[in-house]
Amino acid sequence: MEFEIEKIAQLSRLSLKPEELKKLRKDIESILGYIKTLGDLKTGDIEPTSHVLDLENVFRKDDVTRINIRDEVISRAPCVEGPFFKVPKVVDKE
Amino acid sequence: MEKQLYELTLKEAIDVAKAEGPWEIIRAVIDRTALLNPRLNAFVRFEPEHFLKKSRKSEDFKGVLSGAPLSVKDNICIHGCETTCASKILRGHVPPYDATVIRKLGDAGAFFLGQCNMDEFAFGSSCETSAYGAVKNPWDIERVPGGSSGGSAVAVAADMTIAALGSDTGGSIRQPAALCGVVGLKPTYGRVSRYGLIAFGSSFDQIGPITKTVEDSAILMNLISGFDPHDSTSVNQTVPDYTKALARNVKGLRIGLPKEYFVEGIDPEVETKVREAANVLKQLGAQIKTISLPHTAYAVAVYYIVAVAEASSNLGRFDGVQYGLRAPGKNLLEMYFETRNQGFGEEAKRRILLGNFVLSAGYYEAYYRKGQKVRTLIRKDFEEAFKEVDLILTPTSPTPAFKINEKISDPLAMYLSDIFTIPANLVGIPAMSLPCGFTEKGLPIGVQLMAKPFDEEGIFRAAFALEQEIRIYKRKPKL
Repeated sequence: MEFEIEKIAQLSRLSLKPEELKKLRKDIESILGYIKTLGDLKTGDIEPTSHVLDLENVFRKDDVTRINIRDEVISRAPCVEGPFFKVPKVVDKE
Repeated sequence: MEKQLYELTLKEAIDVAKAEGPWEIIRAVIDRTALLNPRLNAFVRFEPEHFLKKSRKSEDFKGVLSGAPLSVKDNICIHGCETTCASKILRGHVPPYDATVIRKLGDAGAFFLGQCNMDEFAFGSSCETSAYGAVKNPWDIERVPGGSSGGSAVAVAADMTIAALGSDTGGSIRQPAALCGVVGLKPTYGRVSRYGLIAFGSSFDQIGPITKTVEDSAILMNLISGFDPHDSTSVNQTVPDYTKALARNVKGLRIGLPKEYFVEGIDPEVETKVREAANVLKQLGAQIKTISLPHTAYAVAVYYIVAVAEASSNLGRFDGVQYGLRAPGKNLLEMYFETRNQGFGEEAKRRILLGNFVLSAGYYEAYYRKGQKVRTLIRKDFEEAFKEVDLILTPTSPTPAFKINEKISDPLAMYLSDIFTIPANLVGIPAMSLPCGFTEKGLPIGVQLMAKPFDEEGIFRAAFALEQEIRIYKRKPKL
């Protein structure tokens, strides 16, 4: 089977419980089965649509504006130290 | 019987508020909501006190709206007010800024009552995936209100707010509007700024009004439309006065009925009422013709590739670091995994997994690229159709409101309930659902009108004529 849920869950940063794995695998396989109907269509030379407005890069002037919402942002974060977001240990000591 | 103040349309509420101030209306709506919300669960937060504290003095209530009370879906950021997308992972998230639509409506004198329930992260068509519990349809509380903007639609239908905003990625404004018997408009992609709308599918999402009448929809569109330097996908194009399009004149308007939207699987009562609506427009002078949108059957499959790919990317930011929930973990990676596993509900996980799968190495061409190419084919269908007609008329939803728990364990059946609304998002065109009748059991039925990009005026013109002719917006659920 092409849909390896354990690998995709790892890429998705989700630690699924065994019963969740089973249910979600079944659902997604059924959805992928439905999606396969697109295979009926020949699309070789069709241009893909990623965006309906066909926008190129949108630029704005690089003007400095003065806003300071740092304290407000930090005050609502789940774990902080001073003006910083605090996270668990990233690198283990040797 | 005299009309209660909570029953007022937005237009009527503005007139009353201009003459007498908004407080009596605000009080009436607050009392009504206090009474009904425990039964309907339309609001996740109903805190008029919060907004009263924001030093809203009477002089703040000038503007076009004059203090008329509005409500917004729980994915539109309000400064200083918890905003969660009805998800556990955003519990406690308090945005440090207002969404552009909030700023614009606030400047126009809106009084915000609270935030409406929704499917978690707007993933759903029934409002059953909310972390705050299911929303009930006011026409039959054993049935779903539709989704994902079901809370907004219920609040409007049950007179718990004068009008509301929702967001629409695959039908999330129009389908609940249809199932609750109110008017819902998804504007053209780029018409309304999404700054401050928590993102789901960035090439689809639009904010739009859910209202009691077509005229109310036009009033809100005048206020929320337009270019915004904070949203690079908003389009710099003049905003017309949409209320000028409410002329009750459809003579010569060419309206197409796509044959692919009237097929087996559609509820016979829905088909009858929608065809009757087309006939009403014909009698008023519109030309009705059958057209074809040959790739319609592929729209749901395209959507469940491209929209979930965008969703899985947009939801990557919820990792327990900057906002909302954090689950403890002994290192950073474990914290990410635990936070996301505890914070997201089942439908969110399903879409994250599916989205990351279709984007993953080895499958990108076969799924994501293929989906984008078929999106082009669907777009060409509409371009061809709009050479022949000005508007396209279809059912909004293949069925009226279904029972709670009827589809929740079968995701594919749930996805297919958006089969008629998804194409407008794939193509970026404006589309409205408005009530066109009731089933024998008394459930509302919606008709959908779609137009060329930036031709919301064409929709308003036909919708207003139809509404004024059939006048069913006066019928209210018994609560």
